[in-house]
Amino acid sequence: MTTTTYRTCPRSGLQFESQAEKLMIVNAVTAVVALLVGGILAIGVVLTRWPTIHWLAADTFYMVLTAHGIDMLIFWIIFFEMAVLYFCSSTLLRCRIATPKVAWVAFVLMLVGAIMNNVAVFQGSSSVMMTSYVPMMADPKFYLGLILFAVGALIGCFIFFGTLVIAKREKTYQGSVPLVTFGAIVAAIIAVFTIASGAIILIPTFLLSVGVISSVDPLIYRTIWWAFGHSSQQINVAAHISIWYAVAAIAFGAKPMSERVSRGAFLLYILFLQLASAHHLLADPGVSTAWKVVNTSYFMYFAVLASMIHGLTIPGAIEVAQRAKGYNNGLFEWLRKAPWGNPVWSGVFISIIGFGFLGGISGVMMGTEQLNMIIHNTIYVPGHFHATVVVGTTLSFMALTYFLIPVLFRREMINPGLAKLQPYLFGFSMYFFCLVMMGAGTLGVSRRHWDMAFNGAPMAYEWPGAAYLLMGLVGIAGIAAILGGAIYIYITVGSLLWGKKLSGGSVSANFTPIPPTAPTAAAQSYGSAGFAAPGTFVLAMVFLVSFVLYYFINWKYLSQVWGLS
Amino acid sequence: MSAILPPAERLWWKHPLDRVEGTWIAIALIWCLTMFAMMIGWHIFGNQNLSTETYKTTPELFSKKAQAMVDKYTVRTETAENIPVVAPPAGSDVYLTARLWNFWPILELEKDKTYRLHLTSMDYNHGFSLQPVNINIQIVPGYEHVVKITPNKSGTYSVVCNEFCGINHHTMVSRIYVK
Repeated sequence: MTTTTYRTCPRSGLQFESQAEKLMIVNAVTAVVALLVGGILAIGVVLTRWPTIHWLAADTFYMVLTAHGIDMLIFWIIFFEMAVLYFCSSTLLRCRIATPKVAWVAFVLMLVGAIMNNVAVFQGSSSVMMTSYVPMMADPKFYLGLILFAVGALIGCFIFFGTLVIAKREKTYQGSVPLVTFGAIVAAIIAVFTIASGAIILIPTFLLSVGVISSVDPLIYRTIWWAFGHSSQQINVAAHISIWYAVAAIAFGAKPMSERVSRGAFLLYILFLQLASAHHLLADPGVSTAWKVVNTSYFMYFAVLASMIHGLTIPGAIEVAQRAKGYNNGLFEWLRKAPWGNPVWSGVFISIIGFGFLGGISGVMMGTEQLNMIIHNTIYVPGHFHATVVVGTTLSFMALTYFLIPVLFRREMINPGLAKLQPYLFGFSMYFFCLVMMGAGTLGVSRRHWDMAFNGAPMAYEWPGAAYLLMGLVGIAGIAAILGGAIYIYITVGSLLWGKKLSGGSVSANFTPIPPTAPTAAAQSYGSAGFAAPGTFVLAMVFLVSFVLYYFINWKYLSQVWGLS
Repeated sequence: MSAILPPAERLWWKHPLDRVEGTWIAIALIWCLTMFAMMIGWHIFGNQNLSTETYKTTPELFSKKAQAMVDKYTVRTETAENIPVVAPPAGSDVYLTARLWNFWPILELEKDKTYRLHLTSMDYNHGFSLQPVNINIQIVPGYEHVVKITPNKSGTYSVVCNEFCGINHHTMVSRIYVK
């Protein structure tokens, strides 16, 4: 058995096992490098889609767009998620990580895969977009890179599961795992499904690219690819919601309003969230209406229900904790007195609101079978997923990084003043970016399109002036958001390189088990009208009203277009 | 005590709900079921539902049918490439071919008449994006998708390809005239 040591962080009280700690650091740092590459590529995408600048040539644009999508959606996020999985198992459960050597193999596979895929794209022969719909073919290295990366990630998931087993066996905790770890388990289960789907479709496509098999059916490709492509975003949802719960606990000492409700909502994710890959097939031939309706709605919107529950219980838990501290005046004193200068909290708050209002509502619109027809493949779609994946996931990861710099990396953050500003600049410019993209999409502007002026086309369509204006605003907002992202990278990398070294805390050869927590008195006297969190309830109702109004506005819009049957 | 620690009560699933949570779950559930009912209801009462009538096809098979329609109903040609403009009778089967990098032929339809529009691609995935109406349908090679369309206003409409299909994707745009 390998010997290892355990360090208790003096700032957070968290216990880091040395092997797990190194793995977290290396995965998180690689993730930030992927974010840096993706961010540089974003400049090319944004400045080309800004009509008055229209910077890159068509072939470069499509190459850059392909790389931007893959580096951000897959490499940045999944490398970071590996660190999150190791944190939620080894650190939160205070146990050693299972098979650290294998975890290094997993990391190397992921790294080699990511580099191989990027090389294929930058050689220019694989500008097929992230979706790589057959029969349009990329270089074999493109698929092989993704497959290697996926195998590495899959191994990482099983190391996470193995670590849970170790914690249970070595009795490092009593009772059930923490809610945040529970959320991470949900993310890992979804990840296994996701990666298996990816393998089922990418392996034949790789074989097609090297000439071993002669064809892959385009519709079957789309169906199974999306079980990978959409599900990978569901890993993010489970992961960043776990982070929200974690930050509520870290920044406010908030405890879940009810473990039953929060865990039940996570359980709904396991059961229903995956069905959403149907969202991408609503405008397709060959798939029956009943299949579309049942799947696109996550079977009667049970996963939307789960997200609406988390959207209430996380701020609700914070409200209860704040009221208990005495911020008990009116509906919103608890929120006004939140630590707005702490980027860990402000990042998460901006993420929750943006994910719900912009990402959540727009996602349900696109996922409504008929409404999809007025949205499919317009730039509304990237407007939606920048709200979910960038405002939701990326901003949450950024916020968590600010917590991890002193705790995991043992460095003092450089330039805390700039860090204070960063979530606001990045978050709000991203809000605006998403809104104007959705606006342009409502006017029909296509996604993944080099030239909205259709230069060289004999029957060019002239978009309304408003579409050009909105795409110009997309450019401006995009540049502001990229600046926000650059500040994050500067602070993170700068702190790791030049930040003052902090003491790691006491090191021990044995783990200290988590002591059992004393049950708290269930009765409490805060809130009003029997509501423990009335302010949160009001916010939730504001959300619901916006949701309902926007939903029916879209039906009204649909009812005016050509008849289709 | 908190979300990053094991729950204090071992029997946490017996912990009672707070009123805020219970009320919100009830409201959210009603809304979810409403949205589900709305999709089904629109299939019964609404006029915009995408047909899923689909046949397997090949470029040769589809071209033959499209060519037959063009031979019969061409009224004129347009652009330097002499793309035929076809005015098929109301209610008939209309064929639109998507290929690198154009749509073929140009259609001329009548307002308030219904047509069976057959869509396929000769090569890669393409998109049928009708502007400024903003109806968007995926075109997948190997599959013939039959969609019944009823234009409700006369005018000149554009069909933009909105699925990435290679370097000249941005030149893939055509027209539909509605009289």
